[in-house]
Amino acid sequence: MMKAQKDKLLQEQGTDTRKVMLEIKDLYKSFGDNHVLNGFNLKLYQGENLVVMGKSGSGKSVMIKCLVGLMQPDRGFISVMGQEIKTLDRETLDVLRSDIGFLFQGSALYDSMTVRENLEFPLRRHTEKVGVVADTGPLVLEALESVGLAQTMNLMPEELSGGMKRRVALARALILRPKIILYDEPTSGLDPITAKEIIELMRHIQKKYDTSSLIITHDVDCARVISERMILLVDGINYAEGSYEELITSKDPKVEAFFKK
Amino acid sequence: MAQVFQVPKKIRRFFIEIGELSFFAGRFFKETLRQPFEFKELLRQCYQMGNRSMTLVLVTGFIIGLVLTLQSRPTMIQFGAESWMPNMVGISIVRELGPVITALVCAGRIASGIGAELGSMRVTEQIDAMEVSGTNPFKYLVVTRILATTLMLPLLVILGDAVALYGSALVEYFKGEVSFRLYFNTVFDALSYGDLIPATIKSFFFGFAIGLVGCFKGYYCKKGTAGVGLAANTAVVFTSMLLFVIDFVAVFISDIFYEL
Repeated sequence: MMKAQKDKLLQEQGTDTRKVMLEIKDLYKSFGDNHVLNGFNLKLYQGENLVVMGKSGSGKSVMIKCLVGLMQPDRGFISVMGQEIKTLDRETLDVLRSDIGFLFQGSALYDSMTVRENLEFPLRRHTEKVGVVADTGPLVLEALESVGLAQTMNLMPEELSGGMKRRVALARALILRPKIILYDEPTSGLDPITAKEIIELMRHIQKKYDTSSLIITHDVDCARVISERMILLVDGINYAEGSYEELITSKDPKVEAFFKK
Repeated sequence: MAQVFQVPKKIRRFFIEIGELSFFAGRFFKETLRQPFEFKELLRQCYQMGNRSMTLVLVTGFIIGLVLTLQSRPTMIQFGAESWMPNMVGISIVRELGPVITALVCAGRIASGIGAELGSMRVTEQIDAMEVSGTNPFKYLVVTRILATTLMLPLLVILGDAVALYGSALVEYFKGEVSFRLYFNTVFDALSYGDLIPATIKSFFFGFAIGLVGCFKGYYCKKGTAGVGLAANTAVVFTSMLLFVIDFVAVFISDIFYEL
């Protein structure tokens, strides 16, 4: 029996003892007349790689931004490691955010800072997590080594290629040792070889740091390689859920249309 | 009939923007007093804004002093008031021309720069990345920039005034055979605290307006590269307009004090 099927069975039997890292219930978000999310639900378990797929503009990025408080949903429940986002004050939310790594679609490196300063930036605020570090060099070096870019420490983002930028952004997301990593289109804009390298890196990081990952993508290849469970987001709801094999063999016209595109 | 009473969209949008700008200013005051303070970034911004605008302010100030004296001389000679040249130029520059010209130059240089910088940071999700990393981007990016412009503009105005007076003195030296010492003694005799203090206070407000509008336009920049250009452009236009409004109010208030 496949892992996703086993998980489904455990959930149905109510005997699932895995720790829920992220939970979304009935999430709604509209922009004027454009109803992007219409009651979306999601659960991410500890150590799991969950992929949310959907067409461009289907609300994947909106959902992930609601998760970290970058956007306010119209209604719905969002909890991260047992804490409801809506009820948190700024201080508590910031502390909680140190447990969440976020890889942005365009890497979002601070272009006025060097690679080293980019990685040091999250450390300056979260001294409670890493301790007051006089020399952040070893921490930065370790994070860069884990993505294979130790030699870029003193370079500016403009001197890096697209793939290198994505790796540095990943190192920045890792520097606070997050328990959850959110990937927003991790392979978009990259050539197939670099995309493959990034996917491998994501798998390596998940194993090394035992993180739970929520991956937002419309790249079917990325989903095939990395996902343990998948959710297909259509019309603002989780239209289909299961393993990659289950979804790819689905006879539902909308699911079929998505994978055949 | 209902059409007649409808407020035009542009006017409505203008007032909405004024409202949003007021909220933005309110947030600035609230965040300024809240810890942690970003001293390092504030110093960096002060250096960036002061140092990078200095050459422009010096050149503009020098030319203004030079041109003002050259243009006014024939008329002053006609009225037999040549000896009043230093007084007239000194008061004009210190009270009005120095602060306004420096502020307008800085609006073009600094407000557009801030608008474009923050705009591109918004578009490329760098501001979101800061937020997610637990740093308050408003405090780190906006508060430091507004404080830097507020603190640096009066210094730039003083520098601009000094160079403008030097330019004027140079014309008087060559054309009117007035020594530098006599020129500056006459200027300082003519000036009073009533000229200096309102002009300095006004400069702080000018600096605040430049930082505020630049940050506001950049921070809420709409998506896309076109949005960045628009943010930079509207930041200059809006700031220039606001500078004249502030100038009018400042002159109006100081005029009341002069009458007292």
